Order: sequence, then structure tokens, then C-alpha cells
Amino acid sequence: MDELIRAVTVAETPSQLVTAVKNLAAAKDPSAIPALIAVFGYNNPEAAIVAAAALTELGEIAVPQLLEQIDDYNYGARAYSIRTIAAIADPRALDILISTAKTDFAPSVRRAAIKGLGNLHWHQLEISEAETAINRVLEALLLICEDTDWSIRYAAVVGLQALAKVAIVQPPILAKFQLMLTNETEKAVRARVQLAYSQ
Amino acid sequence: MIETSGEEYSAQNAPPLTPEIAFAEGVRDAIANLQSSDLSLRYYAAWWLGKFRVSQPEAIDALITALEDEADRTELGGYPLRRNAARALGKLGNLKAVPSLIKCLECADFYVREAAAQSLAMLGDKTALPALIKLLDGGVDQAVQVPGLPHLTQPYTAVLEALGAMGATEAISLVQPFLNHPVPRLQCSAARAMYQLTQDSAYGELLVKTLVTGDLKMRRVVLGDLGAIGYLPAAAAIASAQVENSFKLIALKGLLEYQLPEQSDTFGISEQAIQVMNLMDSLL
Repeated sequence: MDELIRAVTVAETPSQLVTAVKNLAAAKDPSAIPALIAVFGYNNPEAAIVAAAALTELGEIAVPQLLEQIDDYNYGARAYSIRTIAAIADPRALDILISTAKTDFAPSVRRAAIKGLGNLHWHQLEISEAETAINRVLEALLLICEDTDWSIRYAAVVGLQALAKVAIVQPPILAKFQLMLTNETEKAVRARVQLAYSQ
Repeated sequence: MIETSGEEYSAQNAPPLTPEIAFAEGVRDAIANLQSSDLSLRYYAAWWLGKFRVSQPEAIDALITALEDEADRTELGGYPLRRNAARALGKLGNLKAVPSLIKCLECADFYVREAAAQSLAMLGDKTALPALIKLLDGGVDQAVQVPGLPHLTQPYTAVLEALGAMGATEAISLVQPFLNHPVPRLQCSAARAMYQLTQDSAYGELLVKTLVTGDLKMRRVVLGDLGAIGYLPAAAAIASAQVENSFKLIALKGLLEYQLPEQSDTFGISEQAIQVMNLMDSLL
């Protein structure tokens, strides 16, 4: 393992890096988690995608370190972290996803968090906890539907559509969609509402 | 009885400005500032009126007047205020500006001509076509770099895009040679216009090819082109392009909008529209 990790840190060319990350990913070993997360900061999209897929496959076990190692100073790296966290869908990520969805300055990072919020694995929580969490997500997504950036509103619709699988929050979500069909100024976002509504 | 002074009144008892009142004051100031003796205030005011889409007649008239400004000049003889006024008028949607913008196409300042061509395209008034077509005089041979300056003799990109957007099929034979212009950006503008004028997918495919072969800056530009022409067969290539997701989302939004009927409240969603949205979802 140490050798595989070392290969990632000493890679000198982009293609060496990609190969080293692929080898590390193939080991499917939790001790690779910090090195895989670090790859998000190397500004190499191909390597980052391999690392993100590997971390997603490792799943829940990677979540604590993903949450701890979010790079507050590099939004490219942060976007990969948030996407990975969203893909694993562990509800322990709830707080970070909500604050990212609401306040991150990078739209790409916000969109990833917003989409992820709708898809969390609620069944991993106690029933009472799940209910509180679902309501917090609902509240956050409804607020985000008012954002000035169309792509953020689009992501919020995608998030709400996923959240609507939870029966208790379906009525307010459908009501919001109805309202957006009338009030939403962007045709593309309205179309996405219509698609969500029809499913 | 002691009366409170006006100053105390306004400071303590006046209602706070509502956004509407503050905005109305901003509009009034901006229109007035277009005549200010401070040239930087004029320049800022022209930008502000466009940015906030102030389309009232007084603003339009003041901006049209600003297109003939002589006071604000750069070292190289450029007209900064005219540039901003021309840009603003494109956003305000009032065809009253068209004749003055057409006149700007002959301005000595390249950037005034460029802004006028872009704004005329936005206004979409076909009376501008002869003047726009005239800028292509001399064809590709004349479309060369101006020595010492970072631009060609004419704003060809803006002109080609305007001709495409305005459906100037009479200009096809003039646009086509630009597909072979040595500047890649111009080739793309020509392909974009040719697709709009002919609906021939060969031109859309030229753009798709550049999406794979061009450098990052070029790929971003081409995404803009594909979005603007709504070339649906490019959807998958857009989604997998090596470009930031934000650019890809905007391009796919352009494709999607072409798939949606004009009447927004009654539109149904086609299979193609759903496919585009699925790709957009995957890029969030």
C-alpha cells in the first residue's frame, strides 16, 4: 500500500499520475482514503474522477475523512469532495451539504451539494432523526429555489424531485412545483419542473 | 413652539428608501450623468442603464445621443462612452436605436463597430443587414490583423454571428469563405452562422469537431456557439467535453430551449428535451 501511495505523490507527469491513481484505486483499501482525497487538489480532472469513483466505491467508511478534509481554499477540489459525498449519500454529510448548498461561493460546488441533498439514504438514520433531517432538507431546497442563478434553481428542482420520494414531504414539494410553473422566468427551469412533476 | 429642522426630520423620521425609490433615483441620476462634466460618470452611467435594463424613453434618447460623444477619447482615438452606449442599447430592445447603431458601424473605433454589430444582432432589425454585410467587404483577404493592435480590421466574429442570428440568407456566399479563415475563432463563427442560415448539420459537426480538438478557451467558445444555435446532435459531445460543467450546462440549456415551444405555459416536453435534461442533471 505504501508503495502505491508513494507512486501517487511522486508522479511527475499527468499520465503517470493517472496511472498511479488507478493502481491505488484498484487496491480498494481504506488506508488509501487520505491519498485519494488529496488527488482532488492536484488539478488533474482525469485523476480526480478516478479517485472520486474509488472513494464512492469505498462508501461510508470514507465519509468521515471526506468531511474532515474538505479543501476550503480550492473550489475545484471542494467540488470533487462534495460530489463524492453526495454520491455516497451518507446522511452524516447533512450539515456540510446544507451549508455548502446555501452559502458556497462556487456555483459548481453548490449544485453538487443541492443535488446530493435530495438523495441521502434516510433509512440509515433513526426514524425521529430522519424526519427532522428531511424537513431541514426540504426547507433548504425550497429556499434555494429562489436563488438568482438559474442553474442553482435547476439543481434545486432536481433535488426536490428526488426528495419527493419521501411521502411526507410530497405535498409541499408538488405545491412548490405548481408555483414555479407559473412564476419561474427561465424556460429551461420550468421545463425541468414539468419533468419532475410528471414523474 | 420649536420646529424640528429639516435635517433632523430627514435623518430620524423619514421613511427608509424602498428599493423602488432608490432604483428610481438611480435611473434619474444615470440619465443625468450621461451629460456630466465628469467623463467617468458618463461612462459608468451608460453601463448602468444597460445592466439594469432601464428602457424608458429618456434613457434610450440619452444613450442615442451618447453614440455621437466626442468628449471621451482614449490615447488611440477610441470612444469609450460610445462603446458603452452601443452595448447598452442592444440590451434595451428599442428599435429607435437602430439607425444610430448602423451609423456606428462606420465609426473609426473598432470596439464601437463591434459593440454596434452585437447590439444590432440583439435588436434583430433587418434594416441593419446591408450595413453589416458591408463590413465583410474584401472578404477573407481583407480580414487581417491590424498591425500593433489585438484585433482584425473589422469585428468579423460579431458580424458573422449577427448575420446568422438575423437569418441573412442573402449573405451565405459571403459568410462561407470565412470557414477557411486562418483564425480558428472566425472559422467557428462562420460555421455557427452557416448552420443558422442553412440548417445543414455539416456546419454543426464542424463545431462538434472543434469541441474535441480545440484548446480549452476554444472549447468554451464552441460550447457557446452550440448553445446559441441549439444544435441537438451535439448534446452528448457537449456533456462529455473537457470543459467546466458550468459552460456545459449553459450550452445544454441553449439546446433545451430550442426543444421547447414558444408558448411557455402550455408546452409539453418532448423526448429530446428530456434527454437534454438528463444530461444536464448528470452535470450538477
